[in-house]
Amino acid sequence: MSTTAVVEAVAVSQPGDTAEEKVFVASQWQLMWWRFRKHKMAMAGSIVVVLFYLIAIFCEFVAPYDPHEFSARYVYAPPQKIHFFDEEGRFHLRPFVYERKMKRDPETLRPIFAENTSGRKYPIYFFTRGPKYEFWGLFETDIHLIGLGPEPGKGTLFLLGTDRMGRDMLSRIAYGARISLSVGLIGVLLSLIIGILGGGISGFFGGWIDTVIQRLIEFLRSLPTIPLWMGLAAALPMDWPPLRVYFMITIILSFIGWTGMARVVRGKFLALREEDFVLAARFAGASEMRIILSHMVPSFLSQIIASLTLAIPGMILAETSLSFLGLGLRPPVVSWGVLLHEAQNLRTVALAPWLLLPGVFLVITVLAMNFMGDGLRDAADPYAR
Amino acid sequence: MLEYIIKRVLLAVPTLILISIISFLIIELPPGDYVTAYVARARDAGEVVEESTIKMLRAAYRLDRPFLERYFHWITGILLRGDFGRSLDYSKPVGEIIWEKLGLTVTITLFTVLFTWVVAIPIGIYSATHQYSLFDYIFTVIGFIGAGIPNFLLALIIMWLAFAYLNAEVAGLFSSEFVNAPWSLAKVIDMLKHMWVPILIVGIGGTAGLIRTMRANTLDELHKPYVTAARAKGLPEGRLILKYPVRVALNPFISTVGYYLPGLVSGALIVAIVLNLPTTGPMLWQALLAQDMYLAGSFILILSTLTVIGTLISDLLLAWVDPRIRYE
Repeated sequence: MSTTAVVEAVAVSQPGDTAEEKVFVASQWQLMWWRFRKHKMAMAGSIVVVLFYLIAIFCEFVAPYDPHEFSARYVYAPPQKIHFFDEEGRFHLRPFVYERKMKRDPETLRPIFAENTSGRKYPIYFFTRGPKYEFWGLFETDIHLIGLGPEPGKGTLFLLGTDRMGRDMLSRIAYGARISLSVGLIGVLLSLIIGILGGGISGFFGGWIDTVIQRLIEFLRSLPTIPLWMGLAAALPMDWPPLRVYFMITIILSFIGWTGMARVVRGKFLALREEDFVLAARFAGASEMRIILSHMVPSFLSQIIASLTLAIPGMILAETSLSFLGLGLRPPVVSWGVLLHEAQNLRTVALAPWLLLPGVFLVITVLAMNFMGDGLRDAADPYAR
Repeated sequence: MLEYIIKRVLLAVPTLILISIISFLIIELPPGDYVTAYVARARDAGEVVEESTIKMLRAAYRLDRPFLERYFHWITGILLRGDFGRSLDYSKPVGEIIWEKLGLTVTITLFTVLFTWVVAIPIGIYSATHQYSLFDYIFTVIGFIGAGIPNFLLALIIMWLAFAYLNAEVAGLFSSEFVNAPWSLAKVIDMLKHMWVPILIVGIGGTAGLIRTMRANTLDELHKPYVTAARAKGLPEGRLILKYPVRVALNPFISTVGYYLPGLVSGALIVAIVLNLPTTGPMLWQALLAQDMYLAGSFILILSTLTVIGTLISDLLLAWVDPRIRYE
């Protein structure tokens, strides 16, 4: 908005015109929020993203079972249906699942699961007691979001089916969310740090340093990432502990991923360096550090956050692809890519299509984050028209 | 133009050198080296390997020399003699194994680029000229979903659906009777029949992005005064759009092709692994899993080099289409 337009708008607005006045006195972040709120898809995306990160943070609580608990009796059990009406059509306010009988196909010896509607009904409880777990390594508890209560007997609650070892897919997806979503977040933060260093140095000093860093960025961007990632990930020793592999994979991903971030930071530095308010701060005797931290950074922070959000899905997809190929994280670590690795065999998928469910969660996450990032990018500069 | 070509080609040289260094680093990264792996295999097979043999082997492969010397030996071997080193798994020179696979990879990538263009350009133009129409929305949604589904998952889903409901195998690039057959016209036709699946899967992500680019570019041009002027002079709408705004909108479009190419190569690689195509993807994957590093490193080197050359060609194309770039 140009200055004259602001003056006109102020002249037009009456003292009682509160909505207009609110816009004039609102802070930058408030304006962004108002603009972001209008973007319906972005709002929906944010809700999904927040929900998924909550699942990732509290996965022990969300998962009804231990993700490593296996049982030969429930191999490739399909997802169980939740019922509100029983076999006589009576309505139950508390949903329940039926007892299941496993038979074997006489020809293929493949297990077949059938609901036994005349058998016991197992009501589903919320905030109920289940298997014990250690919450964040802080204290031991056994409260779960859903479950069959403290006395499940022979009842099972496999809402998303089980895998080849009879492990509950829902629990595994919830635990996988913790790894997959945090790889994206940590990877993006790492690439932000490298990107700010690289881009900041490049944009601030200029000259030959700028040329060298820009050449390096162009170089890294011209490489096909997957073969390079595959090569680096395959070089990790097999006998490393899972945690170290996890961090190395994250570092490998951000080693190439930082270039996009560096470009954004450099562009902003170059553009803002010429702004009047930077010149004014310099005349007022502010130190370079102060100019950067308290004048320049706040004015492009929102754009950085938007590009960060748009970079996370790429990281998550990269980790998933690598683990899917068996070159990234490896069992016993549970990530969505590790889970999808089990779905690589076509015949297995045809038998148990629910093994592809981690992929559905992956796609929803990526889409939600893309929408949220789009909304953030549009809202990041609230003064633009 | 000639000056620009020379400048641009010279710029690619340091990039290629860096790529070769990184590829060699990847070859050297895993703990142990070619000889230790070789000896371990021989011992597993029950052979007796003497210390003196190991020493001789190390000297023969120059593993006792410093890194830089080994690198120079490796890269000059490739450049002067086409010698990529030996594959541990196949006990053959790497050069003998890779070329046929590489040909198929390049073919699939080229067809995919063509596919994305043929689909993205008309849809982009249509979406721009019919902004906010029903089809514009449909294409936008398809585009978002196409960009959101990783292509290995798409490959899995298509394979599963074809297997479970059509009882068809979409994996592979040839029917079983052609897999080991020598090249013939019938084999080429058979290959083309199978190729649309990987092309579609790899292309869909890139197509989604290119549709957005084409739509935005055309929209930028549509409301410029020269379009109004041409319309006022009575030019038919179809010719007008194709001749002016689309012509201008294509420039940034060509420049983004270079930007999409690395992603395309990456995508083709994973899809090839899932679909088990006889291209570089599954072979690189096997080599990495088996830590057959000369083979893996050569693939990474060649794939990256091809990508850089592809980007170079797209840059030169852009300069040819848009004279402003030549004189920058």
